Amino acid sequence: MSSPSATARARELLGVGALTNASMTRWLNGLPGVDQVGADARAAGLGTRSIKTTSKAWAIDTAIGMIDLTTLEGADTESRVRSLCAKAMAPDPGDPTTPQVAAVCIYSDLVPVAVDALRGSNIHVAAVTTAFPAGRATMAVKLTDTRDAVRAGAHEIDMVIDRAAFLSGRYLQVFNEIAAIKAACAQDDANGAANGAAARLKVILETGELATYDNVRRASWLAMLAGADFIKTSTGKLSPAATLPVTLIMLEAVRDWRDLTGTQIGVKPAGGIRTAKDAMTYLVMVNEIAGDDWVDPHWFRFGASSLLNDLLLQRQKLANGRYCGADYVTID
Amino acid sequence: MSPTASRRKATEPATPEQRIEVRKTYKLYIGGAFSRSESGRTYKIHAAGRSGRFLANAAMGSRKDARDAVVAARDAFERWAMATAYNRGQVLYRVAELMEGRRGQFATEVAAAEGLTPARADKVVSAAIDRWVWYAGWSDKIAQVLGGVNPVAGPYFNISAPEPTGVVAALAPQCSSLLGLICVLAPIVVSGNTEVILTSEHRPLPAVTLSEVLATSDVPAGVINLITGRTAEVAPWLAAHQDVNAVDLAGAADADGLAWADLERAGADNLKRVLRPAGDGADAVEPDWSPVPDLTRIKAYLETKTIWHPKGG
Repeated sequence: MSSPSATARARELLGVGALTNASMTRWLNGLPGVDQVGADARAAGLGTRSIKTTSKAWAIDTAIGMIDLTTLEGADTESRVRSLCAKAMAPDPGDPTTPQVAAVCIYSDLVPVAVDALRGSNIHVAAVTTAFPAGRATMAVKLTDTRDAVRAGAHEIDMVIDRAAFLSGRYLQVFNEIAAIKAACAQDDANGAANGAAARLKVILETGELATYDNVRRASWLAMLAGADFIKTSTGKLSPAATLPVTLIMLEAVRDWRDLTGTQIGVKPAGGIRTAKDAMTYLVMVNEIAGDDWVDPHWFRFGASSLLNDLLLQRQKLANGRYCGADYVTID
Repeated sequence: MSPTASRRKATEPATPEQRIEVRKTYKLYIGGAFSRSESGRTYKIHAAGRSGRFLANAAMGSRKDARDAVVAARDAFERWAMATAYNRGQVLYRVAELMEGRRGQFATEVAAAEGLTPARADKVVSAAIDRWVWYAGWSDKIAQVLGGVNPVAGPYFNISAPEPTGVVAALAPQCSSLLGLICVLAPIVVSGNTEVILTSEHRPLPAVTLSEVLATSDVPAGVINLITGRTAEVAPWLAAHQDVNAVDLAGAADADGLAWADLERAGADNLKRVLRPAGDGADAVEPDWSPVPDLTRIKAYLETKTIWHPKGG
């Protein structure tokens, strides 16, 4: 079911005639191990940078522009999605200079609502598919879920990997699933994908369930090998969600992948990033680890909901010189 | 221990006079925890009067400490406001019990801070504890006295009930380091508000001891936060803070380099309730805190909720 291009490229990279689970395991296990203590220390060190005044103003606006404004609740109603879209287009109605967010991230059945609400804006619609967040469904269901979302106009698809398959060492299965979903993103039927282009595929590794940093590195490479356009840390439904060291390892992976293949892949930490300070720490890390090519909403995103409000409060503080309060941003 | 001290210990037992004094560096009290100022600064506290002897180091709070304290107070507000009046009264009364246990320490500190004789300081501590009990007793009586049933021309009840306004920032009096502090602090929390107190700039030690009392009492973390430091540095940030609902300017009287009218103007931007200091015009004065007060200070931090309810069946 996997797309020929992904398989062909993987065969070439692995230097094998046919992709087997054994060859894939050999290749992933051949990746250098992660120095856990070193990764933790490096992430903590990057978190101590102090960012003030004009740099802070720039970082806040950049971070707002990188947000995938997210609502993934069982109780999501049509009106909730519409109000989220309104906020995405005008995060701070009192200040028209506030940048718009990059995308709204919703469940796949609500894509038509979001597409309608965001019509005329440049904000993308990202849909979580493949039986998010557990990923426990048959492949046919996952593919249908994805095709439905793309047909409804989703610009981006956030899929979850089958962690059980990954942890059991069935890497080829994970590879094939990602490649198949990637193919489903590119489908071009009567309605066509939005803008006539293929939806970008974000692959959620759910690093909180992967147990080790070595696994995070392997999952990152596996996802990129299978054709991911973005690798994303977490569903946000599990704690720990995005952490600095995990994001650091993923940023190293995309950097090394571009050196190897020339293809740039995006990174999206999601879940647990709540304050402007957190967001700025991530921006520092993106710049230091991956490089400033990644400091762009096309290549780096924050999956967040409450982060936006804190960024707005900080923005207001910079604008009018006094501390702000939750009464001055919307409740969502 | 210094080499000199350890040598002395080895050769001759230290007499009480030779003991090396333990010099204290106090911290802020924010969100139920004792934290250093994020600025890392401290300042020296000296006794009042001619001796001017060194008492202790206090943390010199910054605007960011004030910001953190407001966040802590906001987080604590809902739970404290929703607690029953009876429960709040019990919790506050327990603070008076603990203050009684520290009576000696309070008396020493008040005497040093205000330059009082031990007998006079002891009287002040008694008055402060009694005032705390007086305010604690009001907790389950405020609604009866300040609320009520309004007459209306229809088959309805129309009921007004007082509710706490939210987070209150207060400048504690500069001169009366314990009695004045409690006269400002207690009426804010008794009705269910949470607060950030900027203590007396030059006489903060009784307030620091009060924070140690609060930490071991049943008052939930974040309900009362105390910041020591320069009043003129931190007060404008609290007065302008958009998430502060009311500000008490009692301590603007006699504060160095501070005009209370500026604070009132800053507070007006988000329609804060402002309790002006006593005195006329720019000449704010610190009142005599010893007479038994009325409900002015309690009323200053209340909102009135009025509801209609149909009569009968």
